[in-house]
Amino acid sequence: MSLARTRRPVLGAALKDAGLAALVAAGLFLPMVGLRTDVGPTGALFLRTRWTDVLLLMAIVFAGRFLLRFWQEWRAERHGPSVQKRLAGPLSRSGRFVAPVLLLFALLLPAIPGIGRYELDLGILVLTYVMLGWGLNIVVGLAGLLDLGYVAFYAVGAYSYALLAQYFGLSFWICLPLAGLLAAFWGILLGFPVLRLRGDYLAIVTLGFGEIIRLVLLNWVSLTGGPNGISGIPRPSFFGLAFTAGGGPGSFADFFGLEPSPTHRVVFLYYLILALALLTNWVTLRLRRQPLGRAWEAMREDEIACRSLGINITTTKLTAFALGAMFGGFAGAFFATRQAFISPESFTFIESAIILAIVVLGGLGSQLGVAIAALVLIGGFEVFRDLQEWRMLVFGAAMVLIMIWKPRGLVGSRNPTVALGEKRTISAAMVAEGRG
Amino acid sequence: MAPILTVENLTMRFGGLTAVRDVSFAAAPGAITAVIGPNGAGKTTMFNCITGFYRPTSGSLTLRHEGREVALHRLAGHRIARAGVARTFQNVRLFAGMTALENLLVAQHRTLMAATGFGIGAVLGLSGYHAAEQAAIGRATAWLEACGLIDRADDPAGSLPYGAQRRLEIARAMCTEPALLCLDEPAAGLNPRESLALGELLRAIRDGKAAEGAAPCSILLIEHDMGVVMGISDHIVVLDHGSKIADGPPAAIRADDKVIAAYLGEGDEDEEGAA
Repeated sequence: MSLARTRRPVLGAALKDAGLAALVAAGLFLPMVGLRTDVGPTGALFLRTRWTDVLLLMAIVFAGRFLLRFWQEWRAERHGPSVQKRLAGPLSRSGRFVAPVLLLFALLLPAIPGIGRYELDLGILVLTYVMLGWGLNIVVGLAGLLDLGYVAFYAVGAYSYALLAQYFGLSFWICLPLAGLLAAFWGILLGFPVLRLRGDYLAIVTLGFGEIIRLVLLNWVSLTGGPNGISGIPRPSFFGLAFTAGGGPGSFADFFGLEPSPTHRVVFLYYLILALALLTNWVTLRLRRQPLGRAWEAMREDEIACRSLGINITTTKLTAFALGAMFGGFAGAFFATRQAFISPESFTFIESAIILAIVVLGGLGSQLGVAIAALVLIGGFEVFRDLQEWRMLVFGAAMVLIMIWKPRGLVGSRNPTVALGEKRTISAAMVAEGRG
Repeated sequence: MAPILTVENLTMRFGGLTAVRDVSFAAAPGAITAVIGPNGAGKTTMFNCITGFYRPTSGSLTLRHEGREVALHRLAGHRIARAGVARTFQNVRLFAGMTALENLLVAQHRTLMAATGFGIGAVLGLSGYHAAEQAAIGRATAWLEACGLIDRADDPAGSLPYGAQRRLEIARAMCTEPALLCLDEPAAGLNPRESLALGELLRAIRDGKAAEGAAPCSILLIEHDMGVVMGISDHIVVLDHGSKIADGPPAAIRADDKVIAAYLGEGDEDEEGAA
């Protein structure tokens, strides 16, 4: 009967702990939930008491705390490996299937029955952030340079397309590479002054850079329209075929003999951003297995050692900035053409913070992690729309919980780029986070 | 034979402190030259000058390799490595989160980068990068075997035991195909057996017999472990308080009065003054 003997104190401790938690809950909920002022029929305020609700909440806290504590004690007693460790094997094995499944889902999304305009728009939004996350992942995840002003390149891309289209009447397909190139150019411009900066200092300067770009866009009214933004940005065409609502000659619907529908353009935009995001992913994955990508990761691990091996730190850093910025620029051009209207308000610091949160939450350097994090963050944010003002709270709590559960992001481990035998993932504990 | 490295009147000042004062010596090609001296003698400072981490206040450093003369004191840090000087660090600096094999491939960055058409060609799959990478992996494998690390090739460098990390760092330096290998206290933290093996490895590197296809490589090392230094060095330079006090073969150094005084503290002017 050793089981009963050892369980007795566990049960007692758990009961005591749960009782205390219930008392704390009572202290909190009595004034907050128990008392409520309502407007009476005469228009006067009266105090309504809701003691049953308070009791219910206390019971929930008691039960929850009790179960949690009981489970913890019970587990510690068994000295078994933690759930996380036991799950690690199957989880990492299932990881191999997650990426193809997600990709297949993304490819087939518009064809799935029941997927309407709203879902497609949400898909476009998520994919935009996936692409931005992957772009920033080059700078932060691989090269280890903490960039808090990534949204600047997104803005440069968006305004490049908007202005080139407005002043020179260039089409989207010509502007897309130009927007990328211009963003890359600004990435290099930012890169030069921050080459010698590390860690926090680098973060502050990039943050400032992001704000400078936004303020210039806001105040250069004659060129950018200032706070009024730029409207009437032309929509992209499908190999010269326009997506016009009425059909008409030369339109997409007319050419393929389809019923004109506004959904065509949304589906087209969806596949466009999917293709752009996959391009980002493809380039990153390829570069990672090549000297440039390895030099980025080596730089994240140890910059001084890199120098002693003859790696030019300057060009290596600048290529990371330029390439990351270029994909940000592509995403920006896409954003402009999708919205048909841009203003500096879309490029505030919070955007940079969200993109960085996606990268950190996903796991620095992990492509799959970043994609999942973008899905969870952006998609989750939309799903919780019904919660109204509680949304931010839920959002914040979810992020805190994930960071407690997985301090190095959802996929913190690193896959070696090359191996003599079987490739084994490297645990997050080994991998450096980079200090700029 | 002309020396591979000539140090002439090297002086390094940090503000008012002169860490290295007017040091001149030459390292012979195909030899192991050791720099020894008490703590704070300026050994690592001089090393950092040679490997480009510091720019010397005055003096010159000349590398003679394959008929070319390179003025190291005028080169930027990463160019010194490209000129043929590789180094290891007193506190091991590996890319801990990358596998041993990846560490050695990073070291071959320059040759591989050239093969990729500087990144662009390889992304598009245009160039003959695959062959270059296979060759690089071959060289890395040869060095992993030379250092007894072939079984750990796919393990992250940070998970290797300390002695293995030291060997891996040497292998990484050798993968840059240097003419001169600079080792900053390679035996620090090694047990006697590992030190002995290290001495053999260094001799093999000097003679170009360590790994398949390796060229003979001159070695410059800083070392505290006298057993290692006396056992493998062909030539020893002794520094004390930033100045060179002796220079010669091990036997001569062992008998040198100034060296004995520096190590035992005899005849030190400061102490005489205090006494």
